[in-house]
Amino acid sequence: MFFKNLQTMLKDNIREYGMFIALFIIMGIFTITTNGLFISPRNISNLINQTGYIAVLAVGMTLIIVIRHIDLSVGFLAGFLGAVVAIALSSWGWSVYIVIPFVLVLGALAGLLTAYPVAQLGIPSFVASLAGWLIYRGLLLLATAGTGTIIISDPVFNAIGNGFIPDIFPNRGFVPDVHIVTLLLGVIAIIFFVFSAISSRKKEQAYDFEVLPPDMFILQLVFVAILISAITWTLAGHNGLSWTTVVVLLVVGIYHFITTQTVLGRHIYAVGGNPEAAELSGINVKQMTYVVFSSMGMLSALSGILFASRLRSATTTAGTLFELDAIAAAFIGGVSAAGGVGKVTGSLIGALVYMSLTSGMNLMNVDIAYQYVVRGLVLVAAVVFDVATRSRGK
Amino acid sequence: MSTPILEMRNITKEFPGVKALDEVSFSVATGEIHGLVGENGAGKSTLMKVLSGVHTYGTYTGDIVLNGEVMHFNNISEAEEAGIAIIYQELALIPEMTVYENIFLGHEIHNNMVIDWNETIKRTAEILKRVKLDVNPATKVRDLGVGKQQLIEIAKALHRDVKLLILDEPTAALNEDDSENLLRLLREQRDQGVTCILISHKLKEVINVADTVTVLRDGQTICSLDAEQGEVTEPMLIRQMVGRAIKNIYPPRESQSASDEVVLEVKNWHAYHPKLGRDILEDVNFSIRRGEIVGFAGLMGSGRTELALSLFGNPYGYLVSGEMQIKGQPVKFTHPQDAIRAGVAYLTEDRKGAGLILIQDVKENITLANLQEIAKRGVIDNNAEIKVATEYRRSLNIKTPSIEQAVVNLSGGNQQKVCLGKWLFVKPDVLILDEPTRGIDVGAKFEIYTIMNDLVKQGMSIIMISSELPEVLGMSDRVYVVASGKITGELPIAEATQENIMQLATIE
Ligand SMILES: Nc1ncnc2c1ncn2[C@@H]1O[C@H](COP(=O)(O)OP(=O)(O)OP(=O)(O)O)[C@@H](O)[C@H]1O
Ligand SMILES: [Mg+2]
Repeated sequence: MFFKNLQTMLKDNIREYGMFIALFIIMGIFTITTNGLFISPRNISNLINQTGYIAVLAVGMTLIIVIRHIDLSVGFLAGFLGAVVAIALSSWGWSVYIVIPFVLVLGALAGLLTAYPVAQLGIPSFVASLAGWLIYRGLLLLATAGTGTIIISDPVFNAIGNGFIPDIFPNRGFVPDVHIVTLLLGVIAIIFFVFSAISSRKKEQAYDFEVLPPDMFILQLVFVAILISAITWTLAGHNGLSWTTVVVLLVVGIYHFITTQTVLGRHIYAVGGNPEAAELSGINVKQMTYVVFSSMGMLSALSGILFASRLRSATTTAGTLFELDAIAAAFIGGVSAAGGVGKVTGSLIGALVYMSLTSGMNLMNVDIAYQYVVRGLVLVAAVVFDVATRSRGK
Repeated sequence: MSTPILEMRNITKEFPGVKALDEVSFSVATGEIHGLVGENGAGKSTLMKVLSGVHTYGTYTGDIVLNGEVMHFNNISEAEEAGIAIIYQELALIPEMTVYENIFLGHEIHNNMVIDWNETIKRTAEILKRVKLDVNPATKVRDLGVGKQQLIEIAKALHRDVKLLILDEPTAALNEDDSENLLRLLREQRDQGVTCILISHKLKEVINVADTVTVLRDGQTICSLDAEQGEVTEPMLIRQMVGRAIKNIYPPRESQSASDEVVLEVKNWHAYHPKLGRDILEDVNFSIRRGEIVGFAGLMGSGRTELALSLFGNPYGYLVSGEMQIKGQPVKFTHPQDAIRAGVAYLTEDRKGAGLILIQDVKENITLANLQEIAKRGVIDNNAEIKVATEYRRSLNIKTPSIEQAVVNLSGGNQQKVCLGKWLFVKPDVLILDEPTRGIDVGAKFEIYTIMNDLVKQGMSIIMISSELPEVLGMSDRVYVVASGKITGELPIAEATQENIMQLATIE
């Protein structure tokens, strides 16, 4: 009975679980090939921090692809805005608390600029954003002209990419060398998850919707609880939760909420599903295009901030190929190029899969040439899997 | 005429949550026109998809026997090779390509992969003659009307030497002349030895052309009636389809609900189509009163849809001039959003292209145009949404296993009801219905007409654009006739007849 239930659950949700399974397999393989180095707290913490700047881009890119567009400009926009941050902090002497909102607004404006020819004149976004790619690349070169690298010395700013959340009883808790606040947050997250899962299951039952059988439901809860515990325990063993993780979780949380629970989200997915029907249902397609591109611009700025902070500097090559990494992450995460389909949480997992590959192969000292080939193969495999399971669902 | 070309035995096809076909048996004699009728969601399209290889071998149970041989189609081309061609209700032509490119698409005439265009065009001309279509093979398909496009679909099927031609609601979007034309063509093809299966909700035409009619209900074969063994009548079919008799096709209006208050007035309305480069509406003047159903009659392409769209926030960017008043207040809509806010709703005639988000579910489609109503500060209240969707599913009798079913999986008629539900939820003052019962079965038509009557009783005003004259005559309080972008006449219902409407509709 149990195994039969398990089988049907896996079968019915293969698309959703597929990515998790892939992530586990990839992590498992690297753990073995690196003699456990991959799964060490230090490496996991590093991996998550490196994923950060791609993950936020992938979240924005998800919505761009959902409304049937593409934005190639985001990588160098992130790089350029990172340079702006560096200049503002070191040359203009601005406070970090002003620089960050300022750059986020700049990013949103840049997004609007990309959206303008797309929404008003019907220019393909590929072309419009390719122009952006060239322009921001040029601007990045200009901004970093001279030394080539602008060092950032602001400690608050650099903490975003390298620092960790503070602890309450550093080195004094019941377990030494473990980050108490991180553990507490993990426990809260588990409790929150369990409660919300139970309440939404109750609601669905009240409406006679199909729900998982009880044993599978409990299995799911236990599985997620173990997953969260494992991650928090690992992170707690290495300085705890990093600020980057906090930022990424916030971004994913907010976007997940917007896309699943709000009118705005519904409108965005409607535009992606059928722009003509959306327009005739009173949704302003142009306006949605502006909204989605400016959110993308803002997230590019955030990505630029995370990256500059991580490197404690702005460089001429910052942002190179970020756009393609973000697009790959989104597609691995299950976004459909046909529009209207894709979850931001999926893209987060996609970004983790993608960055795990990089991190694991780096640990194994795999030649960069092979790394690209492997990443390409994984991308193809993910998309093929996605398409195959989708047509079977019909 | 007695040897069956096709026998489908005990076909069962299940989708998650629905048994679409339940042990259906279906037999078609060689060289006949076989009508297939049934309510929305009865399983007609599904049965034909099983036959034509869309639902592949192994996804259903039962046997398909073609000319005495059991067939296992693993894809559509295998069915095509066996001589089966299916024409869906939604046209599958490529608008930007020419007639000859479309007809030979996928079956190009070539020498060593180089297409022989001269031969293609020559053969196209021959095929067009066969379907009696007088157009230049080099015309782009988008420049032709739906009626002609439908004939091209048939031509496309014919050139491949079909034995069994399946037409799924081919006349739903056609006007009477074009329908006549198409049915005549079917008869001719039959006389030349092509067997046809015709699915339609227009029972009159089925009775007219079909030699045998099979009725499906809830995924089961109810009966097969042979015209040679006694006349098949409309009431007879209806009784078999819905399981009870329906006396009136148009429900009577209890009381006259129209008041004197004018809710919508349009004066000197002009529209110019920038892409076509010509005027599409000229000097249109009309008014709608509260609680009135006003029919807009006319031929396909007479400009009624364009008129409705130009009033409904003009989403396709025509250049519009003129005056529009709602309840005496002049209004100017720059987007459908403005129109909806001002209480005007428009049900499109193109439900798949412009009406539904096919990949989203029933619930999401119904609430799409009025999310504000179920949201607080921009956050959707899921419970409220489920309540609303459940309510419309019940009142419109939408057949779906769940409100969380993607609408792409619903039958055509049920998709139409979802579209209608979306606009009812907006609770407009003026509801513009563009071909509201296209593809809808008799029972459901009756339900929709009843709903329309209820709505006007509650004070809504309805503009009904319809190419079906009986429907216009049966439902309207007043009729405007539109021809070539102009209103050529206004008739109180007492004076309107098929003849005088047709006469006004064909004024040049
Ligand atoms: N791909 C699918 N997935 C799930 N359910 C489906 C699918 N296709 C059809 N159905 C269901 O099967 C039933 C029969 O549908 P079908 O399209 O055959 O009806 P129909 O007789 O053609 O109706 P209509 O006259 O409205 O076109 C319906 O309940 C429909 O919801
Ligand atoms: Mg059908």
